[in-house]
Amino acid sequence: MRLMNIKPNRQARFYLAALPFILLAIAYLVGSGMRLAENPNDKLLPALPTMAQAVKHMAFEIDPRTGTDLMLSDTIASLGRLISALAISTSAALLFGIVIGLLPGANAMLSSFVGVMSMVPPLALLPILFIVMGLGENSKIALIVIGTLPCMIRDLSMKVLELPREQLIKAQTLGASTWQVALRVVLPQIAPRLIDALRLQIGPAWLFVIAAEAIASDSGLGYRIFLVRRYLAMDVIIPYVFWITLLAFLMDAALNLLQRKMFPWFASVRAG
Amino acid sequence: MSAVRFDNVWKEYGDHIVLERITLDVVSRAFIVLVGPSGCGKTTFLRMLLGEEAPTRGQILIDGVPLKPEPDADRGVVFQRYSVFPHLTVLQNVVLGRELQLAKFVSRLFGAARRAAVDEAMALLAEVGLAGHEAKYPASLSGGMQQRLALAQAVMRGPKILLLDEPFGALDPGIRADIHVLMKRLWNETDLTVVMVTHDLSEAFRLATRVIAFERNRDRPEERERYGATISRDLEVFPRRAAEVRNLSTKRSGRDDPAEKGA
Repeated sequence: MRLMNIKPNRQARFYLAALPFILLAIAYLVGSGMRLAENPNDKLLPALPTMAQAVKHMAFEIDPRTGTDLMLSDTIASLGRLISALAISTSAALLFGIVIGLLPGANAMLSSFVGVMSMVPPLALLPILFIVMGLGENSKIALIVIGTLPCMIRDLSMKVLELPREQLIKAQTLGASTWQVALRVVLPQIAPRLIDALRLQIGPAWLFVIAAEAIASDSGLGYRIFLVRRYLAMDVIIPYVFWITLLAFLMDAALNLLQRKMFPWFASVRAG
Repeated sequence: MSAVRFDNVWKEYGDHIVLERITLDVVSRAFIVLVGPSGCGKTTFLRMLLGEEAPTRGQILIDGVPLKPEPDADRGVVFQRYSVFPHLTVLQNVVLGRELQLAKFVSRLFGAARRAAVDEAMALLAEVGLAGHEAKYPASLSGGMQQRLALAQAVMRGPKILLLDEPFGALDPGIRADIHVLMKRLWNETDLTVVMVTHDLSEAFRLATRVIAFERNRDRPEERERYGATISRDLEVFPRRAAEVRNLSTKRSGRDDPAEKGA
């Protein structure tokens, strides 16, 4: 039988999916064991108990200097920035995406502008943001918004343009005004696609929040990683990276679930 | 319930002439079917009547008034595909017309107005044979059922003219026969003037009061761009059909009797 026709069954799929993770873990443990056998004080690939100790210290003990739980306060700070920025991006993208996609005049005026703006490297703007808005929360949130918004607007306006022309005509023959077409035809059909666009932007959003925190901040997950880097504290950095990945993964999974629950009609539309 | 007049209409795309010298009078309550080979401008004709495209020359009059250059509630439409909204259930699809009509801003009805619209929609769904499917999304309906839904949705809003763009082209023959019966009944029971485009000649003669054929008179490759299609045949269907004369006083469509059973 050809390789391309061999389909693993449910159980086999589960094990195949787990395999790369297990291989990575084994590679780490072997590497870590070899280095530690050579030099017990090696900091580069700390053993699991060392990392567990660090996590216990960071996450389950109150830091005596600041009087807070460091990992918890870092997480709250980073998530606060990330979520407020994505909320701004998402609502603005929804508005502009529908306007650009539905109104030919707005399209003529804004689509090339948005296209050019999406090519500006956001991190190159970071110094400008710091100069103009200071080092506080605003500049970090602005960075994430600038980094994610143009792509989301382009994505959504294209999705609006992809709606079958027949549907827009049909709505007009039912007497719908432009506003009513936007409200009853375009908005509800774009909402599940907005979730897709948002899922794609979670990765970039984390990139920007960590970059901003690394450069100028006094809290946040990115701040912590770059702070302890000075002490080669891999036992803190690796669990933090793991934690950030887990948070991003959970956000993605939650959005996926939300999409399936809120828009039961969407799966068959996407498949067809 | 409207007479349509095409007054020496031409349609050109740049140098390419698609339709030329189209002059046509359609009486109120007629059932016109347009036939012709692919690419002869049938769909272009329909799109002009819909208001989606403007004629390059000449004008289109409805009851003597020039056509507005955009679609509106006077002209309902059913396309071959994408005629219903995938994000709305069957019932919501039909109620939508009334919501758009009565609630200009929120586009939703509440309380008694909503109940009235829902009752009306349920009666219409029963008439097109979709009773019991109200809560389904269109994706879970068969092709024939989707087109029945599209008809119900269009009729709900009470258009004067119903435009059909190969609406039954993708359906199996058996299902098509069923929907022809429904189509005729809708035409009889409402005040519609119907204009339909089809590839299928037998369908044309089964439904129409008048069949109009479009054809290119000059179809040599070097002439194709510069000569558009014209009306080549204009046939009254015998025995003559006519829609029943209706009492036009009721609100939606004059459908003041209970729906017949069996489509």
